[in-house]
Amino acid sequence: MIATRKFEHTYNFAFIDERTKREIRRKILKAIAIPGYQVPYSSPEMPIARGWGTGGLHASLSIIGPDDVFKIIDQGSDASVNACNLRDFVRRMTSCRTTFDTAEATLIQTRHRKPEEILTERQIIVFQVPQPEPLRSVERYEFKTRIMHAEADYAKMWVALYESYVKFGAIMNGAGYPVRVNGRYIMTPSPIPRWDVPNLSMAPCLHVFSAGREKRLHCVPPFTRVEPLEFEDVKFRVEEFREIVCAASGGDRAFMDEIYESESTRKFVINDSDFLDKVRLGQRPPQRLFQNPV
Amino acid sequence: MGYVAIKGGEDAIAQSIRLVEYYRVRGRTAPVSIGQIQGQFRLLLDKIMGEASLYAPEHAALVLKQNEGDVFESAFMLRAYRATLQRRYTAETLVTREMFIRRRLSSAFREIPGGQILGPTRDYSQRLLDGRLATETLGHIEDFLAQFEAAAPGRPTVPVTTLPKVIDLLQAQGLLREVDDDASRRVVDVTREAVKFPAPRSAALQMLARAETGGLMALAYSAQRGFGSTHATVGELRVGEVPVRVRDARGRIRVVGRIRLTEAEMISRLRVQRRDESPALSLGYGLCFGQNETKAIAMGILDRAMRSGGDAPCQSQEFVLYHTEGIESYGFTNHLKLPHYVTFQSSLSNLRQAIERKDRKRGQLGFGAAVVNTTSSPS
Repeated sequence: MIATRKFEHTYNFAFIDERTKREIRRKILKAIAIPGYQVPYSSPEMPIARGWGTGGLHASLSIIGPDDVFKIIDQGSDASVNACNLRDFVRRMTSCRTTFDTAEATLIQTRHRKPEEILTERQIIVFQVPQPEPLRSVERYEFKTRIMHAEADYAKMWVALYESYVKFGAIMNGAGYPVRVNGRYIMTPSPIPRWDVPNLSMAPCLHVFSAGREKRLHCVPPFTRVEPLEFEDVKFRVEEFREIVCAASGGDRAFMDEIYESESTRKFVINDSDFLDKVRLGQRPPQRLFQNPV
Repeated sequence: MGYVAIKGGEDAIAQSIRLVEYYRVRGRTAPVSIGQIQGQFRLLLDKIMGEASLYAPEHAALVLKQNEGDVFESAFMLRAYRATLQRRYTAETLVTREMFIRRRLSSAFREIPGGQILGPTRDYSQRLLDGRLATETLGHIEDFLAQFEAAAPGRPTVPVTTLPKVIDLLQAQGLLREVDDDASRRVVDVTREAVKFPAPRSAALQMLARAETGGLMALAYSAQRGFGSTHATVGELRVGEVPVRVRDARGRIRVVGRIRLTEAEMISRLRVQRRDESPALSLGYGLCFGQNETKAIAMGILDRAMRSGGDAPCQSQEFVLYHTEGIESYGFTNHLKLPHYVTFQSSLSNLRQAIERKDRKRGQLGFGAAVVNTTSSPS
């Protein structure tokens, strides 16, 4: 009897077929060549839902090799369920070693954070991006934002920042604060908190930002200027965690999670799980800290 | 080095997968076979295959079974599977004029060459619950089939051929204006090339054909209710099988099978742009896998609406094409369940400072501080 093989299926190394991987790598190279510019790419469907990190997976899986050591975090944590699921997927499809140790990883995928620890030139960090268009809040049509980028016409963005200042006394953009890359394109640094934004600038590592659903990716190459948009007299500021220490480690000067154990007790814990582990062991890794202007 | 919570996350996933599997089978009923699903949920599979853009009834039945009948999840899973398949051939253009017609209608004319064919439809049935189905047995099915086959006429005396198209009538009279096609006749493959706007019609039609039926219907309905211009008439709607051909390595064209399709050609008046232009009719085109008339008609309306120009939602390519894409909107809507505490913290920090500033200002102006307790301000 002939067995039916219809539902047997094997997958390519790193899931995506080689031709598509090459296409995505070409687009990444283009994005590196034009820092901050959004490059359209094929964005094939993944067995992970749209909006759950498909863009990040496209970038990670097209550049990962058998010798890579992979780390993935979600909201700063290696333990987040979605990070666990994606880590398991990458491990199954590549047999690559995975790690929680930021320093050991060669390829890091992240959602909404850049690790506190300084990344080096042998590391690539891939950001999962929900909305790659920084101008979307001021112009909803893509055919118009593309023209605005081409002409470096960012007047609407500046007006929006100014209006925010007039209404609220500060620029109210929270995560995903708009930045100018290499003095040219305005880019959204995925929704990382403002705390992480200064760490994109002149960093030794390569940053790849990939938005699967929107089918766009952009890059900040190593040692590239990234400047948050600010006015001469109203400056960019990171989140304030003044006089706050981590309840788990006693550490400070890191992005903190606000944790409620009951309605009345609130405590703060260092958000970056690997950084927290190292601080606890008394091995605080090197960090780049931004001082808010006084 | 180990972070304790990590084990928790992986365990939780594993247990949750076991639990949802338990929910699938806990009724302890006989498993539904793929054959049963294929046989009895034809229209559901058509919908899933259309949105997945993969014509594979057995696989569609399998994913439907695996997902306890969740259509969105099934279409998504099948579409993801499709992305892993190697493309060995590109089909020659399907010719719907060759369709072996099961059902066909035109609402534009009372009689059409070849005739109106009602075919399999529930359009004119009374939507009353049929209690007999609650106790249906294979015996009942056999009885019905025996009766049905006995009553059916024998072989047709004339060979079945295909039928001419209704739009040919209009075209012959010069009433139908050709669609001003984009400069490029190149067919864009939206699965290989990210769409850019304005999108060529080939990309727009592909995206509509893969779109979610409910989403298409909502926007097409908005066009009919006045958010947009067009009042469309069904020029022709046909359902049936069309041969699929590929070119083999030696360059010979081979028929590899037949697929069932629904095609809608929607007719509406063309708005005249210039004074010297004479009025005419224009076509909106809908085509999808299986028998899914709602989808084909909605697609036809939207294809036309997107080309008509105007400010209504259905007239914007970006609005229609991005938001009717079921797999993407399904994924993104559900992604809100993922933790967002970092981004939330970032905006919370801004909000608290803004409230503080307002309170200070009010205090200075002598209105008294706001009573709002912000619980918070870490400073």
